[in-house]
Amino acid sequence: MIGRAVTWWTILRIALEERLVYRGDFALGTLMRFLPIITQIFLWWAVFESIGEGQRSEGSIAGYRFENMVAYYLLTMVSRAFSSMPGLASGIARQIRDGEVKKYLIQPVDMIGFLLLTRIAHKIAYYSVALLPFALVFYLCRGFFVDGWPDSTTLLIFLATLIMAFLLGFFLEATLGLIGFWFLEVTSLLFIYMLLSFFLSGHMFPLDMLPEPWLSIVNLMPLKYLAFFPAAVFLGKVQGAELVQGLMIQAGWVVFFIIAARVAFARGVKRYSGFGG
Amino acid sequence: MALIELRNLTKSFRVYQKREGLMASFRGLWRREYREVQAVRGIDLDVQQGEFVAFLGPNGAGKTTTLKLLSGVINPTSGSALVMGHVPWKRENAYRRRFALVMGQKNQLWWDLPAQESFRLHQQIYRIAPDAFSRTLDELTAMLDVQQLLRQPVRELSLGERMKMELIAALLHSPDVLFLDEPTIGLDVVAQHRIQIFLKEYQQQRNVTILLTSHYMKDIIALCRRVVVIAYGRIQYDGSLAGIRDSFSSHKIVTLQLAETASTDGFHRFGEVLEIQPPRVKLRIDRPAVAGTLAAILAQHTIEDVAVEDPPLEEVIADLFSQAVDGSDRTASPDKVPSAIGSVR
Repeated sequence: MIGRAVTWWTILRIALEERLVYRGDFALGTLMRFLPIITQIFLWWAVFESIGEGQRSEGSIAGYRFENMVAYYLLTMVSRAFSSMPGLASGIARQIRDGEVKKYLIQPVDMIGFLLLTRIAHKIAYYSVALLPFALVFYLCRGFFVDGWPDSTTLLIFLATLIMAFLLGFFLEATLGLIGFWFLEVTSLLFIYMLLSFFLSGHMFPLDMLPEPWLSIVNLMPLKYLAFFPAAVFLGKVQGAELVQGLMIQAGWVVFFIIAARVAFARGVKRYSGFGG
Repeated sequence: MALIELRNLTKSFRVYQKREGLMASFRGLWRREYREVQAVRGIDLDVQQGEFVAFLGPNGAGKTTTLKLLSGVINPTSGSALVMGHVPWKRENAYRRRFALVMGQKNQLWWDLPAQESFRLHQQIYRIAPDAFSRTLDELTAMLDVQQLLRQPVRELSLGERMKMELIAALLHSPDVLFLDEPTIGLDVVAQHRIQIFLKEYQQQRNVTILLTSHYMKDIIALCRRVVVIAYGRIQYDGSLAGIRDSFSSHKIVTLQLAETASTDGFHRFGEVLEIQPPRVKLRIDRPAVAGTLAAILAQHTIEDVAVEDPPLEEVIADLFSQAVDGSDRTASPDKVPSAIGSVR
């Protein structure tokens, strides 16, 4: 047990060192991530202005005032910093195609566990660098959080949803990447996933703007829990029974994709070793 | 009991067949044609502890497939294998901690980090005790003379240096069985030689069991006493390197040095004339006929010097490969002409 913990710690530490080789690259990358959000802010500015006939409206759209809208986008940035997994699925598919996956069959190490640890290391490295630009942007935008900061319980639940968003993102993308055992090329599949995720995770617009029956469908799908859900929790949009239900659905999807990734890996390896390697 | 035991080991793959042309490509979207390729067809092999065995064979012969089966990367279609009492494709950790596979064309080191870090990772993955780890590492780096390169990112190392690091990474957990797939591929002569010397020393010191595939005859001549020739998925020969010549070469090369003024005509009566460079004639003569033919030549010509030699080993093996084609039903790689063994010179 202790031996295993030491192994995990070593993998984590080495992966972290590897990430820090490219610190300059992702310090810049982090700042660039905020650029698209500016376009969205201007877009909503224009929308609210047109409602208010030339003057920015004090009214709200689907329960969002202009300030709420900006705060929402900033918060989805935070969720996505946890749930997005750049290069995970495509990396797994590439390793399968190139045969690099053999390494995990030959060495006494579990592929999914190994990838999870390296991804945690990536994230830690990322946050340690990204914390500063994030703090700066949030400080500059503090005026948009008109409803004040949530209480500590909500903040704790927010943190829990972020961690689950990370796990969900990881196991979902890992499962997609493992499909590479069956189809050598998964690029177009990943493209579809990206597109769906862009709209249905809440990255593009607050999902509670959707009319029924779409709202109920989206509520049951996993993508919402990658970006929208944590942001909505922070903003106090989900509360009480609805919050508990949301947390349970999110946890359910995490468990589902942990199992899916495990099954895909076991089946995939079986197929791989039967097929050719 | 042998350390490695293969019994009737067979592996076949299904390969997608695409016909030529655009229309065929469209048809391939719905209906795919597959062809069964038998990469390994019933191999029986026993390897004792401490043996250094070379797998020799043309491309696509089944050498790498056999190594993959032995390291548990793939499952066989039928047959059995036991390595140190383990069935490789069960992939038990107990087995995985006791062997290593090094592939000359694949690397397992972290590209952006110094080799040292990858070694630490291996220490953890293989649960190597700290003192054993540092002792083995010191020994291996000294043997391969790479102490000063441990802290350099792997991407900045030369191919030869990287291969040395790959070997160290594979040997850190002191495996009892080592599978080497083309370990010297792409290396220059000096680096190849270093690796050969290292492998030889290491094998003698530790008495480990090594299976090696290589296209370089020099590797095999330098390292292995036992050679297993595989072609078209079957073992064609299993024995000493010198034995290959005895069993498969049917003729000898006779070089005659004639008197300066003598004519070089008429030698085709004695055997196949390979080369005439007056006053020198080179003939290929069937083994059993060598003595008689030589007597006849000496009786009819003035000969200043005679040399009787075996044909070069590479040539014998190339012949052996092409015989293997004739002898089998050629489904393994019908499109591939057995290639002679490259880079001997």
